Amino acid sequence: MYAPHTPRDIAQMLAAVGVGSLEELLRVPDGLALKESLDVVPALPEYLIGRRFDHFAKKNAGSGYRSFLGAGAYRHYVPPAIPALAMRGEFLTAYTPYQAEVSQGYLQAIYEWQTYICLLTRMDISNASVYDGATALAEGAIMAFNATGRRKILVSRAVHPNYRAVLKTYCDGLDVEIDEIGYTAGGVTDLAELEEAVARKEYAAVALQSPNFFGNVDVLSSAASDAVRDSETIAIAVVAEALALTALATPASWGAAIVVGEAQSFGVAVAYGGPYAGFIASTQEHLRRIPGRLVGKSVDGAGRTAYVLTLQAREQHIRRERATSNICTNQAHCALIATIYLALMGKTGLRDAAALNLERSRELATAVSSVDGVALKFPAPFFNEFAVDVGANAADVLMQLEKRGILGGVDLGRFYPELRTCVLMTATELTTTGDIDALASALNEVVHVRAGV
Amino acid sequence: MSAPAFDRTASPPIFELGQEGRANRYLEPGKPLDRFLPASLLRDDLPLPDNSELDVVRHYTKLSQRTFGIDLGFYPLGSCTMKYNPRVNDAMAAKPEFAELHPYTPDGLAQGALQVMYELERSLSSLFGMAAFSLNPAAGAHAELAALLIAKRYFKDRGETGRDKVIVPDTAHGTNPASAAMCGFKVISLPSDERGRVSVAELAKVLGPDTAVCMMTNPNTLGLFEDHIQEITAAVHAAGGLMYYDGANANALMGNARPGDMGFDLMHLNTHKTFTIPHGGGGAGHGPVGVAAHLVEYLPTPVVVATPKANGESAASPSDRMSFRLDFDRPKSIGPMRSFWSNFAHAVRALAYVYANGADGLKRVSQLAVLNANYLRVRIAEFLETPYPEICRHEFVVSAQSLKKATGVRALDLAKALLDRGFMAPTMYFPLIVPECLMIEPTETESKETLDSFVEALRAIVATAKSNPQELFDAPVNTVVGRVDETRAARQPDLRWTPAPEKG
Amino acid sequence: MAQPENLLYSKEHEWVKIDGDTATIGITEHAQNSLGDIVYVELPKVGAKIDQFGTAGVIESVKAVSDLFTPISGEVLEINGALADDPAAVNKEPYDGGWLFKLRVSNPAETAKLLGAADYEKFAAE
Repeated sequence: MYAPHTPRDIAQMLAAVGVGSLEELLRVPDGLALKESLDVVPALPEYLIGRRFDHFAKKNAGSGYRSFLGAGAYRHYVPPAIPALAMRGEFLTAYTPYQAEVSQGYLQAIYEWQTYICLLTRMDISNASVYDGATALAEGAIMAFNATGRRKILVSRAVHPNYRAVLKTYCDGLDVEIDEIGYTAGGVTDLAELEEAVARKEYAAVALQSPNFFGNVDVLSSAASDAVRDSETIAIAVVAEALALTALATPASWGAAIVVGEAQSFGVAVAYGGPYAGFIASTQEHLRRIPGRLVGKSVDGAGRTAYVLTLQAREQHIRRERATSNICTNQAHCALIATIYLALMGKTGLRDAAALNLERSRELATAVSSVDGVALKFPAPFFNEFAVDVGANAADVLMQLEKRGILGGVDLGRFYPELRTCVLMTATELTTTGDIDALASALNEVVHVRAGV
Repeated sequence: MSAPAFDRTASPPIFELGQEGRANRYLEPGKPLDRFLPASLLRDDLPLPDNSELDVVRHYTKLSQRTFGIDLGFYPLGSCTMKYNPRVNDAMAAKPEFAELHPYTPDGLAQGALQVMYELERSLSSLFGMAAFSLNPAAGAHAELAALLIAKRYFKDRGETGRDKVIVPDTAHGTNPASAAMCGFKVISLPSDERGRVSVAELAKVLGPDTAVCMMTNPNTLGLFEDHIQEITAAVHAAGGLMYYDGANANALMGNARPGDMGFDLMHLNTHKTFTIPHGGGGAGHGPVGVAAHLVEYLPTPVVVATPKANGESAASPSDRMSFRLDFDRPKSIGPMRSFWSNFAHAVRALAYVYANGADGLKRVSQLAVLNANYLRVRIAEFLETPYPEICRHEFVVSAQSLKKATGVRALDLAKALLDRGFMAPTMYFPLIVPECLMIEPTETESKETLDSFVEALRAIVATAKSNPQELFDAPVNTVVGRVDETRAARQPDLRWTPAPEKG
Repeated sequence: MAQPENLLYSKEHEWVKIDGDTATIGITEHAQNSLGDIVYVELPKVGAKIDQFGTAGVIESVKAVSDLFTPISGEVLEINGALADDPAAVNKEPYDGGWLFKLRVSNPAETAKLLGAADYEKFAAE
């Protein structure tokens, strides 16, 4: 219960209030008293809570398998200094920093996060975080609707299918239409189709992900960028693997005005899907439309540097139904983790990580494509994941690999019926040569056995 | 909070500490990037600092020391339920079998994670009288949005597209109208009566064939139980509308009364409030959304589905007799609200808290939360105005209006003076209907001694307001900075560090 | 303080100066004082047509946000672009450098629904 009350405390406090019992204090109208006993898990002493969760933990065998899973959630090295700092009680048990005078440290950390996101994306401004990559896309789309007054959005089919699904959930609420652009045989967004579509001048924004869901670098050509600009459409860059920002040409360089994404790769555990840290960055002109919290630098009465939540009149607690978004609680602690990660890794460490992701994923690509009947699906340059055609039903192949202690990747047929023989495979700096050899040899067996049947 | 006297100066931003080449060796050196990708696809520079690990550790340790959390002192922030965050919760969430479990792990290899979600979902459904919960939304406001999307879809299915009004009491949290607007609903604000409750008569005036949802929190943000709640839900249902329960204040009734029994069709919980998930300085939160039976099929995807296991009968716990899977194939669902299934690490924490209490313990939690609030209320009423002098629930409001008239001292000044005395300030200027409002929620985890020390601090501050108000206008002075120039921050937004121009 | 005599006023605390078929619009001293430090002004688009007492924009102070209404109908001719960099002008000189926008008046008869300086002063004092 974690309540410190002694029977004597309770008696004294009830007397002070002038009430005879706790039950009297919580009296509810007739008919609202509980009629049934509650079906809640039983109370356990703390050491048995540990055993119960050990029991659950043992049933997550997948956490120990050799894994080539990515697709929006990436295993990267996490220096132990991160939890040592982030789990300090002052950070962990603070509320949103409404009282600036006693929240300077957290406010400064968020200001640093906003700066890191700006430096990585080459955008002018960034907010204090949103829930995750998918909701960042939805919020970025809302910014574009408000900026342009248009009520349609264009999205590449090579954007993460979950992000597109969440965008649809939000757009259903807003009564906004979504149109999709296909991808080419090369594994990137069909820019000819894109140019034709934006020329109709009816879309608030066009959203492209790079690296895209297939792992491929996927950006606007200069012709497509011109077409987007000439049609007064806003280019939204979607980032699911934030580590790629440290290596690839910035979204600003190919014309994005809003960058939305997921910063889980920066030190945040994959944790079966959350919590992660979404980010939104944009050019200066969208300052008044960016959703959620913003930390600004100012001074106190004595002229000392002081940080504070600012431009709050955009937010729900003041503007209510006219707010830029309903977001209140965001992902501050995950953003703090990401900030510490970026500080520890530094430019050099991030470049090393990016290079190792590029190198290991190429080793992996070479190893699996040397298996008879297995080939890379797309020729486009990729970052740390890629689509592999295994020449048979991908779900069946993955199940066979699972029996050999390997999570071989994500079945692309789950999202793209036309890719049901394809697997999305990911390698990061944590992927070992042993992992790669094990996958290649298991794949060889699985494909060979199937061929022999 | 007593800030260390030796460190009152601000740390420079991390970007001013580093030196290029001062790198930590977490990984082996990488090869040049253009070995792997054409140079045209690469960025030309990466303007980030290299910092030694010690510099980073000192920097963020210093920042932590300039931050006030529950671990440092009393945090009576109304409507935020800042109770103690038990460390066992974090220890459970940190187990590598949870932390390193990838969301695309096949269901069969993630049974433990699914069981955690299932047990939490079942426990919450029983505790709050709902048919089912989804653990998909990431925070309270996100869950509100999910609930209103459910309502919108439900009415669309029934062909009742004319229902476009959402009724929100004037004491509601700001997220309520903002969420309604994101679903295209028009917001009707409902004035409270002189007792601080929703007026059944006023409600009747706005109900009609265009009513979609009435959003309420009970107890409301004044800390008062809406004692006409059954009449209200009956009236809304008679008009064909749905009732939504904002669970931000669930700590006041958990285990004692259930929104489902009151007639609510939809609700959310802020498990980062009620179920002791640390708030982390503004998230991540965790916002389960619950529904009555007629709305289950609209819940966001995925949903954890349990089926009896073959030969599972002998297991001791009912959930150990089941096997689990994530169900994405739900044609009437509003769809997913987020990238992956849930803020899962938080589901682990919340379930650990439920295990620490059980049903009886959770009932005791809300009783003691209400006891603490009432004790504080009667003690503070000795020297400050309490506009609603009756039994409250988990929180109550104080008004500094008459104090302001007499001395010029506002609620803001009282709040800042509390910071000087080592307490977090209460929620200020909310709800909007109470002038010079302080909204105080002590929670059950605070001792009588802590509450008494808060009372005496506030009593001394009010005495100072009468004897030397200037001292309060100048507060806080014991903090690392004084009052921040918010006008400057908003007029000349400085939202990121930029390098100083090179000196020629 | 005394209100400028050459202006007309709305009960939403806007002033309007009519000059031929052009109307210049701002908020009153009373309005700027009760809003506090103004940090941002959202103005209508040039060319927009707005009806009398309709919403023309939004005024933000540090912790409040208020609708801006037009006291008279018309088509927006010009907005005070200087306020983007210096919203404080609305606080400092609400009747002068802090003007908000200009309209081409579409129905001069609407001035009948506005207040003179003395009546506005009385209204604002209540």
